[in-house]
Amino acid sequence: MKLRFQLNGAPTEVDVDPMRRSLDVLREDLTLTGSKEGCGEGECGACTVLIDGAPVNSCLVPVAQLGGHDVQTIEGLAQLGPDGEQLLDDVQRALVTHGGTQCGICTPGIALCASAALKREPAADRGRLRELLAGNLCRCTGYQLIIDALVTAAAERGRAAHEPSAPGGGADGSSAHDSTVRDPNAPPSGDRA
Amino acid sequence: MSSASTGTGNSSRSSDSTGIGDSPDRVDGVPKVTGAALYVDDLPAPDAWHGATLRSEIPHGRFVALERDPDFDWSDVVVVTASDIGGRNTVALLIEDQPALVPVGGTIMHREEALALVAAPTRARARAALKALRVTTEALPAVTTLDAAFAADVKLHGSDNVLKQLEIHRDDADIEAVLAGCAHVIDSTYETGAQEQMYIEPQGVLAEWRGDTCRVVGSLQCPYYVHKALVILLGLPEDQVVVTQAVTGGGFGGKEEYPSMIAGHAALLAKAAKRPVKLIYDRAEDIAATTKRHPSRVRHRLGLDTNGQLVAADIDVALDGGAYVTLSPVVLSRAILHASGPYRIPHVRIVGRAMATNTPPHGAFRGFGAPQTTFAYERQMQKAARLLGVDAFALRRQNMLRVGDSTATGQVLSESVGSQEVLDRLEDALAQAAPPVPARLGSLRSPVRRGRGLAFYFHGSGFTGSGEERLAGRVSVACLASGDFEVRSSSTDIGQGMLTIFTQIAAQALDVPASRIKLSEPSTERVPDSGPTVASRTCMIVGKLVERACTALAQRLRDFATESSLDASDLSVLAAQHVAQRGELSETCEHESPPGVQWSDETYTGAAYPVFGWAACLVDVAVDEDTHEVTVERCLHAVDVGRAIHRRIVEGQIEGGTLQALGWALLESVPYEDGRVLNPSMTDCIIPTSADAPDMETLLVEVPYAHGPHGAKGVGEIPMDGPAAAVAGALEDALGIAADELPLLPEVLEHLLADAPLDEAPA
Repeated sequence: MKLRFQLNGAPTEVDVDPMRRSLDVLREDLTLTGSKEGCGEGECGACTVLIDGAPVNSCLVPVAQLGGHDVQTIEGLAQLGPDGEQLLDDVQRALVTHGGTQCGICTPGIALCASAALKREPAADRGRLRELLAGNLCRCTGYQLIIDALVTAAAERGRAAHEPSAPGGGADGSSAHDSTVRDPNAPPSGDRA
Repeated sequence: MSSASTGTGNSSRSSDSTGIGDSPDRVDGVPKVTGAALYVDDLPAPDAWHGATLRSEIPHGRFVALERDPDFDWSDVVVVTASDIGGRNTVALLIEDQPALVPVGGTIMHREEALALVAAPTRARARAALKALRVTTEALPAVTTLDAAFAADVKLHGSDNVLKQLEIHRDDADIEAVLAGCAHVIDSTYETGAQEQMYIEPQGVLAEWRGDTCRVVGSLQCPYYVHKALVILLGLPEDQVVVTQAVTGGGFGGKEEYPSMIAGHAALLAKAAKRPVKLIYDRAEDIAATTKRHPSRVRHRLGLDTNGQLVAADIDVALDGGAYVTLSPVVLSRAILHASGPYRIPHVRIVGRAMATNTPPHGAFRGFGAPQTTFAYERQMQKAARLLGVDAFALRRQNMLRVGDSTATGQVLSESVGSQEVLDRLEDALAQAAPPVPARLGSLRSPVRRGRGLAFYFHGSGFTGSGEERLAGRVSVACLASGDFEVRSSSTDIGQGMLTIFTQIAAQALDVPASRIKLSEPSTERVPDSGPTVASRTCMIVGKLVERACTALAQRLRDFATESSLDASDLSVLAAQHVAQRGELSETCEHESPPGVQWSDETYTGAAYPVFGWAACLVDVAVDEDTHEVTVERCLHAVDVGRAIHRRIVEGQIEGGTLQALGWALLESVPYEDGRVLNPSMTDCIIPTSADAPDMETLLVEVPYAHGPHGAKGVGEIPMDGPAAAVAGALEDALGIAADELPLLPEVLEHLLADAPLDEAPA
């Protein structure tokens, strides 16, 4: 089955079994190995990608559901500068500076989830950031330096711009994964219920 | 987070450009946040086949026969059995009792034993082939509990199922008589469950043969452990086995020994398939088959006089070792060497036994036996403080080890004893801290009870006993033509930051920018054996070798400058000149134990460790009276690390270890039934999320160790040892229950409260 979607800003076409996991197609067919498999059942968040800006566990999403959508993987989070240099997203930068990555296997998922979460809830405080990140397991850091990094990134975003915050979300105990707006035309999030 | 440090005077506070004590960006930070870092399953291997493992599925029995389904298409599948092994059929570690593959006719010792291996072009084909193998077994009665192991009705190992017994006798006194004469004796038994390392990257390797040489790349902590095991399994000379570490997604001990098993399997499959083979476990297989923290039972009798002075300790330690010896003797050793705690106790008897059961072998996990015995002795100290009605800090101060005191093995502590400093630091921080913001608990806003617990403990850095001398770890540093320096060590970065701290140490010793330091890929064909990446030894022992090798190399470069009348102000320039004029220059250093460090394996006396780290942890909990949900509202952790080479990396080690300990205390459960893990998935075998984790306050204490790099001691394991006891003490304080087992799940609290109803509990 031929599928077309936007992948990290570029039109992409694949011809694949539509029931294969998005994670496998990204890693094996498109060699985007930054998305990791930690559990294969939507618990750990290491395979997080953004579909239309919302974090989902790509291990639970049949690739057919990417068709027509905008997909972002960790490989698309940093931008290329005018001289071809790599410009890290502010969340990535903060994770490096604050020691928010140790073994690094969870880091791509955390960076994507956090980047999306801060877009959606730029005013999230420490406690809310802990809830927003609760779908991405890290075994190394105890989360402290990750949260420190995100608090810094959030503060810098707050200083840099005064964008109105997106609707929805709020301190309801839901993670960023869970709080995907359920647009009937959007792909299933492939997330825990 | 607070991270102020308590220096004690002789720690030099250099503000040099290489930033010892600073927090420069990790050298592996950018590739990790961009997804560019390649873990083993990310390595391009277009023509690799995929391996899978056929397991026994009975806890104990005989492997009678293996047949292939004649209706299955075997044309693109290879099958490997024990008869395909070219060398000795063993996973070589301490002794050779564990087979890599159970042979037909052989004995199955646990449910996850590997009976056969398959490889096929796709994972799906490999899985299908597994299903087309027919296994015939005959079941034997199984031993799946510590009680059954001690009963020894079924004998798995010798006549008594004891895999290893070790004893410490501090003196010749009759311990029963001494205890009988004590004013108070606290006699309790503590039990802790298995704990899964739950590194987020499952175990995996990629193996291939080039000619007669077997090359393995994998997610692993100890390249030379795997190398040794492969040489024996494959029957090859040492130079025909090459083992390389890929970027590794967490280890915590779980990738210390088990990679030797997977690497052997992948190597056998690659040979049979005549092509590269990837063997990557999925999460279910990883949880079910690989090692975990040893379940334990510790009976601890503590005798005190009327003034609260510790008089005697009689401690019986039992560990469930599982089906084979593996690392259990060494885990048991560390367990008993920490069992009497950081206290002066005149009379001590400790007996430890690792028992054989028909469960997959338990193994290395951060702390390595010490967390189990620390839980027991600190619960005892908490009970002692309550019994005597004395302040928890005061009782520790009264009995703690100080410089000049000796441990239960007679090791005199001559330096770097941070016992008082960690308690002072913790008490100061507590006095200054604002009360914690009460946690929101449960949706029903049930009544809440609060409690506080303290734990105080130590952890030996480096290998036990004469281990470091036997290992004789080596590190080389070489000048490159580019003017860079290459540090060659088999230490692996498994997230703990070794690449970054070795860079800092080398740059400081050579007085060059960090960008001039290159860390060699940890491959057995490129680096000497620096010893394994375990035992809180990488920074302290191997880091010191890096410093010594760099210092020696710097001297040789300066000598070269003098001989050749060159400017010696920039060693980088000199290095390039030397390579251009005289060829490569390198220095290799081998570990030398500091004078006076002596240990006897026969009597279990002497210097058990080169030095100890010291720590104190205070936890405040809130418990929902209806649901028994526990929230950690405050966690203060003061740790004496000697010297923090990289402040933020050290804080990250402490916080990560602390959360693993809180998880072990409150929610990480690995139940077994008939030797099988009942919850082999991340959905059921839970670890803490960011929402479960408290904000932690980490207090770095620096009491330098003269033989560590810049005064540094180990930090990797110590934060795992104590927080669980602090949590249990806090629950006892909150609920009036004897919280003597781990994990303290809500249902366990419910059970304990049935024996001690809340009405009778102190408020």
